[in-house]
Amino acid sequence: MSEHLTHLKELEAESIFILREVAAQFERPCILFSGGKDSIVLTYLAYKAFYPAKMPFPLVHIDTGHNFPETITYRDELVKKLGADLIVGSVQKSIDEGKVKEETGYDASRNKLQTVTLLDTLAEYKFDAACGGARRDEEKARAKERIFSHRDEFGQWNPKNQRPELWDIYNAKKAPGEHFRVFPISNWTEMDVWQYIYQENIPLPSLYYTHKRKCFLRDGQWLAAEPDIIKRRPEETVVEKEVRCRTIGDVTCTGLTLSHAHSIEDIIDEIASSRVTERGGRADDKRSETSMEDRKKQGYF
Amino acid sequence: METKKTKGYLDMQLLRFTTAGSVDDGKSTLIGRLLYDSKSIFEDQLEAVEEASRSRGNEEVNLALLTDGLRAEREQGITIDVAYRYFATPKRKFIIADTPGHIQYTRNMVTGASTADLAVILVDARHGIMEQTIRHSYIASLLAIKEVVVCVNKMDLVDFSKEVFDKIVGDYKRMSANLDLGHVEFIPISAKLGDNVVEASKNMDWYGGKPLLEYLETVELPEEAQDRLRLPVQYVIRPISDKFPDFRGYAGRLAEGSIKVGDKVKTYPSELTSEITGIYLGEQSLDKAVSGQSVDLTLKDDIDISRGDVIVSVDGVQPMLEQDFELNVCWFRNTPLVCGKRYVIRHAAQETIGIVKEIEYKIDINSQTEQYGADKLVMNDIARVHLKTASPLIADLYKDNRTMGSLIFIDADSNDTLGAGMIVG
Repeated sequence: MSEHLTHLKELEAESIFILREVAAQFERPCILFSGGKDSIVLTYLAYKAFYPAKMPFPLVHIDTGHNFPETITYRDELVKKLGADLIVGSVQKSIDEGKVKEETGYDASRNKLQTVTLLDTLAEYKFDAACGGARRDEEKARAKERIFSHRDEFGQWNPKNQRPELWDIYNAKKAPGEHFRVFPISNWTEMDVWQYIYQENIPLPSLYYTHKRKCFLRDGQWLAAEPDIIKRRPEETVVEKEVRCRTIGDVTCTGLTLSHAHSIEDIIDEIASSRVTERGGRADDKRSETSMEDRKKQGYF
Repeated sequence: METKKTKGYLDMQLLRFTTAGSVDDGKSTLIGRLLYDSKSIFEDQLEAVEEASRSRGNEEVNLALLTDGLRAEREQGITIDVAYRYFATPKRKFIIADTPGHIQYTRNMVTGASTADLAVILVDARHGIMEQTIRHSYIASLLAIKEVVVCVNKMDLVDFSKEVFDKIVGDYKRMSANLDLGHVEFIPISAKLGDNVVEASKNMDWYGGKPLLEYLETVELPEEAQDRLRLPVQYVIRPISDKFPDFRGYAGRLAEGSIKVGDKVKTYPSELTSEITGIYLGEQSLDKAVSGQSVDLTLKDDIDISRGDVIVSVDGVQPMLEQDFELNVCWFRNTPLVCGKRYVIRHAAQETIGIVKEIEYKIDINSQTEQYGADKLVMNDIARVHLKTASPLIADLYKDNRTMGSLIFIDADSNDTLGAGMIVG
């Protein structure tokens, strides 16, 4: 095998191929941008796929209103740097309009509510494809999802009746009102994403690196007490710890890892010796054994 | 200070393989074992599986539960669709397309095999070669997979007997003699106990070969002929900006061959020649690019090239520019393939309308015999058909190039993908 691509080059080439298929086959595609590392890598890949032209998709951020401010700062700088367009869908607005009801109690999260805001935003801008940074190694249900994943007019995924997907031929045909979710980095693992960030020298939100933060412990998981969004039980005391995020969602569902990783190399080493999956820190997956599958059927990312 | 692992991990190769076998062959257990013994299972995943095993009344941890993804499958205890698994060793990264082996799911095996470099086929040592073993092997040959590993599993249940293994190897060779398989490797294993999966078996010292994982880490894939170039154009990049007012880049993934700046190329279908003036990957300017890379290239002459066109080498074998094709077809859906019906055909970056003029014969993949006289194809059928397309396709034979030789049938009414075709002539 004379000139084999390295795994990172091969994965990059595959993702760029998929992004170009999206641009060619859809009328109004977008990229779902969460501020997490996967959607950051996806955005950089899109930039690369169409340079020197502007990437032909806007970034869509579904804002739960419960963000780490670092995420928003990063998002705004990235949009400026890459010359991309940004559209923000607000969960607060969906609540104010009475479309969804805020959860209450100590474990309240807007994670579930954002599905409605997402579907409304896609409809408002008539997006027919939304590219996401989900990876098949993240979770059991995602391991079976197609790269071009069809959604019916209610935004639902039907895991029992997915379109066959062979070779690198992607079928984007759909009826009016239907749309697709596309996952260009489906075949990347958590480690691949970190290695690529290292190789390409991609800047990340500071949250990914170890920093001092006020936090508290709940069910064995450190959660952020600043910004002060999660309602704490009386016995949950706030302490300052050296932590970092392994994945970033909104404040209510982002677990913090005790860490001393100050560089990408430190993070890669930490992950290489890690014994827990990255989603292990996400409260939303633990609610039931098939929770991701349930949320996906409803139209979650 | 611990040694940094960063650099060593950056230049690994990726191997994509598919696994085929029935529930009873212990395929899920084998994959679970590969993930478990290569330390690709995390604590929280293992805890979830331990808990699920207990609640089901299994005494030992059921490694099969690691890979059975969807709720229905967990309830029925079977895998019903293609699932992708990822693991890495310090030598290679692996993507497994895990497909079920039931007769009604031929389509899933075909799907899994379509992106695989290698196929792992499981045989139960107690039962030997079954109809489905041959079916799996047939699909591997149909999809032009060049490397096959036959794992004879459950050797612990036949006293790790060399005689049993040798007989199965002999039977397989005899029964697969008519198939166009590349290299076939045979490994006796026990997925449940771990013999010859990651660690060499202490119970089978008569076996002189490598354990499965070591084999997967070291197998060399056949080198691709580099005497011709195929670059299907996906997208034309035209910034029309102040900085790049006249830039016109042809974006696509090299399906075969390599390119360098200065190469003479020919475009299809126009059959005009030009010269490569630049190769780009994002902001990077490259001197050359190889098969598998996604690039954006510029040409010296201002010729009309759009999505679906193909850039090829001036010398070497030229692609077909045809409207009539002989195909091997695998049908995926309940909606039957009917002769004379118009289907949307997608082939590389091209799309056209196609009609099946004739079903020459269906293939009984258990007996590998040809059945003449069929007037339609139903789900899981494999057949040889004659396709006519509304406009010419720029294509190669599937055995020579997967991207240039494969296509899908799309239902113009439901938009669903109904079947897959491989060009044989």
